[in-house]
Amino acid sequence: MADNSRESSRVKGAALVEMRNVVIDGYSGETWHPIVKGIDLTLKRGEVLGLIGESGAGKSTLGLASMGYARPGCRITSGSITFDGIDLTKASKAEKRALWGSRIAYVAQSAAAAFNPAHRLMDQTVETAVTHAVMERGKAEADAKDLFGRLQLPNPGSIGHRFPHQVSGGQLQRAMTAMAMSCRPDLIIFDEPTTALDVTTQVEVLAAMRNIVEQFNTAAIYITHDLAVVAQMAHRIMVLRHGKLVEESETRQMLKSPKEEYTKSLWAVRALAKDESANDDVALEVRHVDAAYGNGFKVLDDVSIRVPRGRTVAVVGESGSGKSTTARVITGLLPPTKGEILFNGKALPPRLQDRDRDTLRRIQMIYQSADTALNPRQKVRDIIGRPLEFYLGLTGEKKDKRIEELLNAIELNGSYADRLPSELSGGQKQRVSIARALAAEPELIICDEVTSALDQIVQEEILHLLMRLQKDTNVTYLFITHDIATVRAIADEIVVMNKGKVVQQGLKSKVLNPPFPAYTELLLSSVPQMDPDWLTGLLAKRKAAT
Amino acid sequence: MHPVLRTVLQRLGLGVLTLLVVAVVIFSTLSFLPGGYAQNILGQGATPETVANFNHELGLDRPAPVRFAEWLGNIVLHADFGNSYAGLKGDIKRPVSSLIGPRFYNTFFLAAMAAVIAVPLALILGLLAALYRNSWFDRAVNAITLTTIASPEFFVAYVLMYFLAIKNRWFYSLSTVDVNTPFWEHVSKAALPALTMTLVIVAHMMRMTRASVISLLSSPYIEMAQLKGLSPGQVILRHALPNAWAPIATVIAFNLAYLVVGVVVVEVVFAYPGIGQLMVDSVSSRDMPVVQACALIFAATYILLNLIADIVAIVTNPRLLHPK
Repeated sequence: MADNSRESSRVKGAALVEMRNVVIDGYSGETWHPIVKGIDLTLKRGEVLGLIGESGAGKSTLGLASMGYARPGCRITSGSITFDGIDLTKASKAEKRALWGSRIAYVAQSAAAAFNPAHRLMDQTVETAVTHAVMERGKAEADAKDLFGRLQLPNPGSIGHRFPHQVSGGQLQRAMTAMAMSCRPDLIIFDEPTTALDVTTQVEVLAAMRNIVEQFNTAAIYITHDLAVVAQMAHRIMVLRHGKLVEESETRQMLKSPKEEYTKSLWAVRALAKDESANDDVALEVRHVDAAYGNGFKVLDDVSIRVPRGRTVAVVGESGSGKSTTARVITGLLPPTKGEILFNGKALPPRLQDRDRDTLRRIQMIYQSADTALNPRQKVRDIIGRPLEFYLGLTGEKKDKRIEELLNAIELNGSYADRLPSELSGGQKQRVSIARALAAEPELIICDEVTSALDQIVQEEILHLLMRLQKDTNVTYLFITHDIATVRAIADEIVVMNKGKVVQQGLKSKVLNPPFPAYTELLLSSVPQMDPDWLTGLLAKRKAAT
Repeated sequence: MHPVLRTVLQRLGLGVLTLLVVAVVIFSTLSFLPGGYAQNILGQGATPETVANFNHELGLDRPAPVRFAEWLGNIVLHADFGNSYAGLKGDIKRPVSSLIGPRFYNTFFLAAMAAVIAVPLALILGLLAALYRNSWFDRAVNAITLTTIASPEFFVAYVLMYFLAIKNRWFYSLSTVDVNTPFWEHVSKAALPALTMTLVIVAHMMRMTRASVISLLSSPYIEMAQLKGLSPGQVILRHALPNAWAPIATVIAFNLAYLVVGVVVVEVVFAYPGIGQLMVDSVSSRDMPVVQACALIFAATYILLNLIADIVAIVTNPRLLHPK
């Protein structure tokens, strides 16, 4: 019977998942409050549905609910969730376990964290099929090798013998897709599978995932915050916000004519673009710098960068390109093994300990994660007040007055002074970090991925704020990022780095326009575009080129 | 050289160094003890001359560094721990090793018996408690093991003796064994002390197993394992436990060392001729060669077991065992 009904619904176009008026509660602050507030979702066989929204939109929670799973601290309160005729809200744990892995599979955001560090890839890949008695071990291994090959993993025959820490992030993400595919499920939930990857890696992973889902006609729910990415994968897109559905339509329709203001705001940063302006007055110059970490591994190789005063130089590159190390060298945290750093024409002492207080004051930093960069036990007043006291010797009323000015400058009013970081939103925390850097009245601020952890709209606000502050105080920014949209929004000049070397430095208009050096070309072409045919076109172009 | 082998050799070298430091500490602290063997044996009425003569006979009038070098040299070169003061009568000598040998065997026998029961029991209880966390089972196991660890050892020992040896004559209440006791008789005689030791150490290991497994349960790879449709038991055994060995091994090593060095109370209660009793007797009679030898063996036990725990931590961590 069961097999019969399964066969009958194998037909493409039949509904596979139906969620009706689903409400999911989360537990925090000692009460339950809704995270997903009554959403309907229908997924047909073989269809790929994109769930898009910012952090807190409830997209992951909803995606997991489609397999009848609620994370610890969450509960599915009401509504119905049926998967191929089975009501998952009423199914027992054992019934759900029988479905999980074999008919519904999950691909997690960070493959590096979702693979068990203690077991080899092969053992983890075949585990589902063997445990569910879909295949015996030998056959499952042969099949896994086949899948590794289809996902274009290098050495598909032997890569399974490796441990998770021995392969790269992009390879792990593909291995996880192979793991999800091992039982040929009817549905795969992709939960931000490429968010943690570099853009050049993301292209390969996206292509591999799309390809395999098509090959096996698997239905998928693709969760992401990046509309350009989901446009490559999904037939249909649902935009979520605060646990509610904002808009739902076919992918092309959505990109061509989004109905809701909120949907348009999802590519807010992409719409930003600053006019570049050159300046010959150099504030900071990094000259032929080499740097290495303790184990002797060379991370910077003959790096030279010129940062003009009152301008923004964006340093772009992928993880491991040496862009954050460059910041560490400039600040003196990691003395270079060769070369020198000139600040206002004078050589900086290489070691942080050898720099005097006034030099320290002139160079400030803002970090990616305001959560960890702000002391959680200090009030905003103390966080901003500390550099005022330390560098400028302000105390008492003068200090209070300056704190208020700074708060106004970052568009928070004085009432925020007595809050703790935990009482602020992510964007507000980053504003406080900016105020802390500004308090020292620096000439140069190094911004290390300061918008990477923020939602698009908040990113846009922060970038606007940074640009306004530059106009007001003529401060110089060295802006480290991996995101080309951000670069377009804020930079005057761009430095492209790869594997510890500077590939290119120049005005934005020059770097972002042809002719490109090979790496810049690869990097720029890998940035997903708001065009559903972008990935297909790019792959065709790259294939033709080789 | 494989990095694991290098680490092990490094630790081994450090262990030897630690042992050397311990030897110095033992030797010097013991020389601060008030009174000496001579005073102790000759009594309060002894004249200073007789004490001096006696000390001369034992060689105790020589400077401490010389005696230390001689003592350590004999151990390292000849595995000779010297002679017990107590046995010195004319030409008859009682080497420390002949005193300690059988005692150490008994202690090791008892420790091994307790370990064979306690370690698997603690692991199984810990895993079950993690699997059924916050259930009545979890709470009961926690409460019972905490009670047994919180009660004094002699109390646990007497309670067991009362119920298992006196009320029901299942076990021997006295564990008198000697070199000629056959193996199985030794086992049955040492059963009650072993059971006592088990009750004393199981809580620590069980709670560490439970805690280190539970601390991993919020990891993304555990959620992944659940979403692959594995049962809770499979999730814990296959996915949590392999990553939890390092802290568990450390606690097991610590408790095994305790089984060797901390058993004197239990030995006294059951009149079991172990090394703890010997050491206490030797301290009160100031029989320094025996005390020093015992202390050195205890230190070596700790160092060796901790080394094994370190090796377990390395071997169960693929990042260290299989570097990139």
